[in-house]
Amino acid sequence: MIAVVDYGIGNLRSAEKALLKVGGDARLVANPQDILGAQGVVLPGVGAFGGCALALEASGLRDAVLKVIEAGTPFLGICVGYQLLYENSEEDSGIEGLGILSGSVKKLAGEVKLPQMQWNQLRRVPGRESAMLDDIAALPWAYFVHSYAPDPVPHLDNVVAVCDYGEEVAAAIEKDNVWATQFHPEKSGEFGLAVLARFVERCQA
Amino acid sequence: MRTVRVIPCLDVAEGRVKKGVQFLGLVDAGDPVALALRYDAEGADEVVFLDITASSERRSTMVDVVARAADVLFIPLTVGGGIRTLEDAKSILRAGADKVTVNTAGISRPVLISEIAGELGSQCVVVAVDARRSSWGWEVYTHGGRNSTGMDVLEWVDRAVELGAGELLVTSMDRDGTKEGFDLELTSEITSRVDVPVIASGGVGSLAHFAQGALEGGADGLLAASVFHRKEISIGEVKAYLLARGVTVRPA
Repeated sequence: MIAVVDYGIGNLRSAEKALLKVGGDARLVANPQDILGAQGVVLPGVGAFGGCALALEASGLRDAVLKVIEAGTPFLGICVGYQLLYENSEEDSGIEGLGILSGSVKKLAGEVKLPQMQWNQLRRVPGRESAMLDDIAALPWAYFVHSYAPDPVPHLDNVVAVCDYGEEVAAAIEKDNVWATQFHPEKSGEFGLAVLARFVERCQA
Repeated sequence: MRTVRVIPCLDVAEGRVKKGVQFLGLVDAGDPVALALRYDAEGADEVVFLDITASSERRSTMVDVVARAADVLFIPLTVGGGIRTLEDAKSILRAGADKVTVNTAGISRPVLISEIAGELGSQCVVVAVDARRSSWGWEVYTHGGRNSTGMDVLEWVDRAVELGAGELLVTSMDRDGTKEGFDLELTSEITSRVDVPVIASGGVGSLAHFAQGALEGGADGLLAASVFHRKEISIGEVKAYLLARGVTVRPA
C-alpha cells in the first residue's frame, strides 16, 4: 500500500487518484500506523509552508513521516511536501520543517509574477543520473504552483532537474529513498503520470 | 520563463455541459468530464468548470462532477460558480479541484477571499471579475453579468489581490459572445498593475485573438469556450499559432 499522507490540507484526492491510475495501491491515510506500514509514502502539500507544517504536526503524523524517511521507505514529497523536507522557510519564519535536508526555502527572486502558476519546461542536470526521470522525456513540461522554493545550495548534488522562473529553480531532487518535486506530478499530464509510475515501481520493488 | 496557458471553459448546469458542444465521437457530449478529457488530450493546460445551475442543489452536484473528474483528469482543474462560503470552497477542493473562482460572493463579502486564501492558500483563489465599459472606465458586474455594482474594475482588482487573490479571471462583458477578440485595453490595464497571473476571457473568435491576448494584453492565461466547443478552432491550432508568434506555450 502507498500511503498518501492526509493531514487535512486542500486537494489530496488528485495525488491518490493519479497513483491509482498508474497501478499504485494508493490510499489517503490519516493514522500513524498505516504510514509506518506502507511500502511507500507520499507527502503532498498546498498553500503555505507554515500552515502545512502546523497541520502535519497537529495531525499527529509528523513523527511517522520522519520515521519512514529514516527507515529508507520510498518517499515522495510534492510541492509544499517537498519544501517541508528542509529546516524552515522564509514564508513563515519560526516554524520548523522536517529538517531531513539542511537549508531553507526561499522566495522566488527576479522580475516574475508570483505565484508561478503555469507549466514550465524541466532541464535535467547534465551528467546526473535520476531514477525518477531517466528515459522519460528529454525536456518534459510540468505544472507548478508556488512562490517559494528550496535553496538548492546545501544539496546541489541532489538536484536532478531545474526550471527557469526568474532564477533557476530546483524542480526535483533525489536523495537515497527521498524523491521530491516542486511541480505537481499529479497535475502534469502524461509526464507526471510517468514520474508517479516510476515511484510506484520503486515501492513495489 | 513565462508560459501562457490555453484554457477551455465549460458551463455546467445540473452536472451537464450547458451549451453548444459539438464533439463527435464522445459517448456523452453533455458530460463535462468526458469533454474535459477530450480537451486534455488536445493539449489544454487547464480546464475551468463554471457552474451555472440556478438551484440550491448546485454544490453537491458540482462536487460529484469534480470528484469524477479527479479520477481521470490529471491537469489543473478550476471550478467556479456559486462559491459563497469557505465551506463551499473546501468541499470543491477536497473533491479534487485545484482552484476555485470567487465572483459575486467576493464582492458582497470581500473577506471571503481572505478566508479562503488564509485557510487554503492564495494559489487556490481565483477572483473572477465581470467588467463592462462605462463612461468613466470599467464597471464591475455581478450575478453572471446582470447586476451593476458601481465599482471600478481597476480598484476592485487591486483590492482583490490585497485580500489574497492568487489569480484574476477577467471577463469583458462587452466582448463576451461577440467573437471580436479580447478587450485588450482592459486586459493590459490589469496585467500591468497587478503582480498575480491574469486570465483573459470574453470575445475570442479567431487564432489572432489568442495571440493578441498574450502579446498585447499581456495575459498569462487565455480562456475560451464556444470556439472550442463548436470545433471552430482546436487547442492544438492555438498553440501552434502562438508558438509561431513567439509566445511560449507548452506544445500540444
